[in-house]
Amino acid sequence: MPDSTAIAHGAHGAPEHGHEEHPAYLRHHFENVEQQADAAGFAMWLFLLTEVMFFGGLFTAYLIYRNWYYPAFVEASHQLNIFWGTLNTAVLITSSFTMAMGVWCAEMRKQRGLVLCLVLTFILGIGFLGIKTVEYKEKIEKHHVPGFHYSLQSFIDPASDPEIYKEYHDKPLALDMARHTEVYFSLYFAMTGMHALHMIIGIAILGFMIFRARAGAYTAGHVTFVENFGLYWHFVDIVWIFLFPLLYLISRHQ
Amino acid sequence: MTDQKEMEEAAHHIVSPVIYLIVGSTLLVLTGVTVWASYQEWGNFNAVAALGIAVVKAMIVVLFFMHVKYSSKLTKLTVFCGLFTFLALVGMTLADYASRAWGRW
Repeated sequence: MPDSTAIAHGAHGAPEHGHEEHPAYLRHHFENVEQQADAAGFAMWLFLLTEVMFFGGLFTAYLIYRNWYYPAFVEASHQLNIFWGTLNTAVLITSSFTMAMGVWCAEMRKQRGLVLCLVLTFILGIGFLGIKTVEYKEKIEKHHVPGFHYSLQSFIDPASDPEIYKEYHDKPLALDMARHTEVYFSLYFAMTGMHALHMIIGIAILGFMIFRARAGAYTAGHVTFVENFGLYWHFVDIVWIFLFPLLYLISRHQ
Repeated sequence: MTDQKEMEEAAHHIVSPVIYLIVGSTLLVLTGVTVWASYQEWGNFNAVAALGIAVVKAMIVVLFFMHVKYSSKLTKLTVFCGLFTFLALVGMTLADYASRAWGRW
């Protein structure tokens, strides 16, 4: 979905075709603007469906391992902080709202509104990653990152982790079950990490779009790029909508 | 291409900010509800409630933020087929894992 020709200079279609005038952003292999927009939207959805399959594999792995090593997954998930998770969900949903408003501004050709919406989405995206960093930092400090320095301390002796213990009163796990908490954290970092990577890519594209929007690229009638980026951003939101209950919420009780 | 008028309407539809505001607030409220539900003692239904609310939230995002409700039939069919295939793959995988050691739990 190249938008390099998005700024209309009043250029007209190739005269040798004898066509009526059409916007400069209409590619010649399309009949009209509607067909071009439909094709781009269709392609974007196909891409998003491959993304659904990709994250779906991770979700399926999570469900199967949770079923196999249930006690380990319950106690490991007690390490996640519901306050930060809820706050991050709210931040991401708000950023989806500002992005949807951005698409509306582009369609209504409101340039200042569009720039404002994109900047707000950008800031909220950074905010989400900031909160995620706080959570990751805690996992690193407690040696809950899978690998050579992984510590089973919180799971074979829950009372040694008073902050979590006073809320959940977890029973000590046998060593072989406690080891499987590492599987939980592997999936936790794989899933939230892939989600965060998608956020980082989205934020980078947002930065690019803010500059283009300031130049008036998306408020001259050609909104495909903004629209399809919106689809991507909302998709990333949906992934988090499922990650949040699965990782944070469903194992509060044994 | 049979219904030119419908196609053009789909291409031109602009969703109003009021709908975005309602949708955004609904999603925030549902986030609150799902957190509240996780503090209740419902046994197995805790997971059912959490996933049910997540599915509702995702559907709202797909239909309104992602404009599928106002999109062409091609887009609607694409989204539906993709999600159906996804659910079939996940469903069959989980059924396999659940039934492979049948009776040996």
